[in-house]
Amino acid sequence: MIPAAFEYVRAGSADEAIAAIAEHGEDAKFLAGGMSLLPLMKLRLATPTVLVDVARVRDLSYITDAGDHIAIGALTRHRDVETSTLLAQECGVVASVAAQVGDNQVRHRGTIGGSVAHGDAASDLPAALVALDATFVLRSGSGERTIGASDFFTGFLETALNADELLTEIRVPKAGASGFNFQKFNRRAQDWAIVGAVVATVDGAKRVGLVNMGNTPLRATAVEAALASGASIADAALSAADGCEPPTDLNASVEYREHLARVLVRRALEASA
Amino acid sequence: MKISISVNGGAQEHDVEPRTLLVQYLREDCGLTGTKVGCDTSSCGACTVLFEGESVKSCTMLAAQADGGSVTTIEGLAAADGTLHPVQQAFHDKHGLQCGYCTAGMVMAAVGFLDENPTPSERDVREGLEGNLCRCTGYHNIVEAVLAAAETGAVSGGSK
Amino acid sequence: MAVQGSILGNPVKRKEDAGILNGTTEYFDDLKIDGMLHIAFVRSTVAHANLGAIDTTDAEAMPGVVGVYTADNLEMPDVNGFIMLPPTMNRPPLAKGKVRFVGDIVAAVVANTKAEAVDAAETVIVDYDPLPVLVDMEASIADGAIAIHEGQPNNIAFGAAGMGMGAPVEGLMDEADVVVKGRFVNQRVAGVPMEPNGIIAIPEADGAMTAWIPTQGPHGQRGELAGVIGIDAEKLRVRAAAVGGGFGSKNTFHVEFGITAKAAIVLNRPVKWTETRSENMVSMVQGRGQIQYVELGLKRDGTITALRENVLGEAGAYPSLGAFLPFFTHTMACAVYNVPKLEFNWNAVLTNTTSIAAYRGAGRPEATQAIERILDMAAVELGIDPVDIRRKNLMPKFEAPGAPAGSGLAMYDTGDYAAPLDKALEAADYPALRAEQAKRRANNDVKQLGIGVSVYVEITAPAGLHIEYGKVEINEDGSANAYVGTSAHGQGHDTAFSMIVQELLGIPMDKVTLVQSDTALVPRGSGTAGSRSLQTAGSAVFRASEGVLETAKQIAANLLEANVDDIVLGDGGLQVAGVPSKLIGWGELASKAKASGIEGTADGLMHELDFDGQQSSFPFGSHIAVVEVDTETGKVELLRHIAVDDCGKILNPMLVRGQQHGGIAQGIAQALFEWVQYDEDGNPITANLMDYAIPSAAELPSFETYNTETPTHLNPLGAKGIGESGTIGSTPAVQNAVVDALQPFGVKNLDMPASSQRVWAAIQEARG
Repeated sequence: MIPAAFEYVRAGSADEAIAAIAEHGEDAKFLAGGMSLLPLMKLRLATPTVLVDVARVRDLSYITDAGDHIAIGALTRHRDVETSTLLAQECGVVASVAAQVGDNQVRHRGTIGGSVAHGDAASDLPAALVALDATFVLRSGSGERTIGASDFFTGFLETALNADELLTEIRVPKAGASGFNFQKFNRRAQDWAIVGAVVATVDGAKRVGLVNMGNTPLRATAVEAALASGASIADAALSAADGCEPPTDLNASVEYREHLARVLVRRALEASA
Repeated sequence: MKISISVNGGAQEHDVEPRTLLVQYLREDCGLTGTKVGCDTSSCGACTVLFEGESVKSCTMLAAQADGGSVTTIEGLAAADGTLHPVQQAFHDKHGLQCGYCTAGMVMAAVGFLDENPTPSERDVREGLEGNLCRCTGYHNIVEAVLAAAETGAVSGGSK
Repeated sequence: MAVQGSILGNPVKRKEDAGILNGTTEYFDDLKIDGMLHIAFVRSTVAHANLGAIDTTDAEAMPGVVGVYTADNLEMPDVNGFIMLPPTMNRPPLAKGKVRFVGDIVAAVVANTKAEAVDAAETVIVDYDPLPVLVDMEASIADGAIAIHEGQPNNIAFGAAGMGMGAPVEGLMDEADVVVKGRFVNQRVAGVPMEPNGIIAIPEADGAMTAWIPTQGPHGQRGELAGVIGIDAEKLRVRAAAVGGGFGSKNTFHVEFGITAKAAIVLNRPVKWTETRSENMVSMVQGRGQIQYVELGLKRDGTITALRENVLGEAGAYPSLGAFLPFFTHTMACAVYNVPKLEFNWNAVLTNTTSIAAYRGAGRPEATQAIERILDMAAVELGIDPVDIRRKNLMPKFEAPGAPAGSGLAMYDTGDYAAPLDKALEAADYPALRAEQAKRRANNDVKQLGIGVSVYVEITAPAGLHIEYGKVEINEDGSANAYVGTSAHGQGHDTAFSMIVQELLGIPMDKVTLVQSDTALVPRGSGTAGSRSLQTAGSAVFRASEGVLETAKQIAANLLEANVDDIVLGDGGLQVAGVPSKLIGWGELASKAKASGIEGTADGLMHELDFDGQQSSFPFGSHIAVVEVDTETGKVELLRHIAVDDCGKILNPMLVRGQQHGGIAQGIAQALFEWVQYDEDGNPITANLMDYAIPSAAELPSFETYNTETPTHLNPLGAKGIGESGTIGSTPAVQNAVVDALQPFGVKNLDMPASSQRVWAAIQEARG
């Protein structure tokens, strides 16, 4: 219940945050909403020695129309993503998925960037961002770089973020106000998805993301390809689990997850048609 | 580290360890023990308070993160003359509490929820309280209470 | 204010609510005690091992640490978990030589702050020499299994044989045309009161101690704790502040109480233990945990001829009440049915797991589950509707004590089992549900409908718990105190018992103070458990109020120079019948009591007694659950739950509804969501509230609750218990509904919880 002791540094801006993390090195961690990190620290499964609190970095909380895409500041809270009229119009799928993250209390604190940076394959938003082929902006003392969502998630709770880098922005395509659906399958509303399937329509083509079907959030490329080549939804969905290596846990075996992926992808495609 | 937080409208200033959770701070430093701790995984919602008018789980927030902000706990919900908030009154009228341990969090979550969603359906209420566990009531009367509070029309808006 | 008519039977709102709703009601963890230290436990991370060296050097040097304890430097006697068990399985509060489950306590650290205690506990290094682990009861009793306790070589803690029971019945199934067989697992679940466990132990002068414990039974805790810390019970005051739920689990003595109190004595400082939820999920006693082999003999027309059950009940590593609970399963095995012959054998089995004790229902839900499942299986096999097969075998209405012929252990007080069944069927519109189900089946719908029915009877105030202390005294300001040996933790006893005083004495309930949960103020008591409180303590308050009234009438008669038979209740006191001007207020009656010389007034105007209900009472009812099963994903959604519960005469229908709702939710939770699980190495894998799936409001529907009222003759209130009925009735109804939905696939049984994966797998298997 009580985290191990740590040093606390509050950053007022992105630059301050980057400077602080550079100063404290390897054992320092960014604290955004804290919805993933603090529970781990309370159980002492994570014991960072320095926390750089970026939750108040207001210059990274925004949702703006950047012309060919929508730019979302990394420290924009789920609640603000969920209720954004701009996103509802221009990339409704992101708002819709954000609305199903955690519970109200989690959405009031948790941020889209925190969720992405944690890199959890069981998390909802990363799968949606992979499906959308979103671009992430990473900044460090030595400059800024961009990386595609699929390249960002590199392994189980691993990302391409370097220790001195801060995720500053998420860029999503203008996928519109419709043509999407999110099928989140869980035991209880507050639980992580056992499996989730998110479908969006980008430039007239269906994109399919999978939650909790492997070490990283995944894109069901086989399904997308089948649809592009004219397969029916029912037939395309049959390849939803192709190439996936889903985990086994309390709630689901590999076989069951594969089955769920096929059913949920089909349902998401039908609902988004 | 020194922090100052407006709690229930009054200024609180304390020197705390950075690892102090907001719920510990409220209970131990401010002496406001109405907010409870029911789990250690952010699952039960017993510690729910309003931070800047929005429901948060105070076990999953550092006191340091609330520095300079405002917090409302169950102790600060009723009017100064003791008149219960409509949600508190509805919990009493509808028998929405038994052992009472989840009640502070449940009430605060409901207040925050109604502020954002003043005319909910039963389904909305059930989903709006998904982050709060109760072991006594089966939620039946809690849901009735929240719907009844919404009916009064006196719970929406204003906190932000 | 004059009291108009009877208050009993009205939905009176709760006195308890005000302090809870403004956050001022104090639970034990909210109390501020000067100079208080904090304790943290070092718990075994392995399930079964010989204990090697325990290195506490680093911990002792940590900031704020005032004491580090192991079995070597904090002496306490080993704790017997249940009075009927041999001492061979007693638990050392701090492990000696061996650890036997993940959570067993190896060391304890006391420090100035909670954080310091936890920090130091992390630095204790323990050597374990692992032993083979047993987490499955059938593996525990298999030949060659390692003995968890040397003195119990077969890993059987207790059983029917130890009580001279369980023998085979000759020719049991001779009359049966068919014998339907099932193996049912009634899975282990956790009570999870929202307030975790804990204690504040405060040393007092002259070797005395005050202990604040969030318990259901302070008097029981006092006896156990006094024994462990080695002081006279008279010197130990156990109090409970407001208690955040119990559900049976807080009726058990936990060894942490002993270690904390002993450390407080050694340090001569108050010490507090506040359990974390992760600790709670391995330390606090859990419930259920039975494997049931059931055989039901029937005639072709569905008439039951005999029942055989062989039950393994899990005891955990250190057996507690759970090692006895299958006896209650035996007691209620025949349930509401005319079972002519019963053969029932049981054994309580040791495993390397958390101890099993009472959880809402405690032995009776398991009995109901077994018979209600096997009856549904029989109904399918014989092609009879589940309702019809129940009707065919129901005991007819009875007003004098009776029992099924096969039942040798229970004598039910009163029963009318068809009444709630009829009411439930009507409320559910059963024919319409079956029609909807037939339609979905014919259409091969993805979402199939399942309808589950249960009829139950259970025991309340069981096992000799039908006697309870009560006292009512009148204060000189005209207010009243009601003392009881029960100990409420959410049930609303202050409200209910105050209503009784108001009813009998006309003293408004807001002027009645309930005194409970304190061994210094209440001389004896058996606590709140087994749905016993209203029928025992409530009846004691009723009788004590009558006693007060009788004495007060004599006092009034003397003062008014009237015949005692002419004295009646008036507005705020007693008066001469028909002469309101001749009224003496309760305050004056109280102040004149001692001087009155009337028998029993030496201590003022009061009356105390131990109410004896003579035997247990047997509430009953019928539940109907309607589920929708997504046959593609296996997801079960409970659409409706109809409950008709008969708890005798109802004192406060609002409180009764609350008990029904909560009980129903916990029963549904067992049927669909909750399951305490271990991996093969004995690691608990559901040890927090993320993994242990207590349903939220979002997973449950509103409930359709009703009552029938069949009074009991056992007490003046006509009341039976209601605390556990909802759980007992709902679980089989929901499980039956799930299996019913899967009937087109040929699924005959599905163990709980009916998780989506299990349902999906069952459909896959049935489809081949």
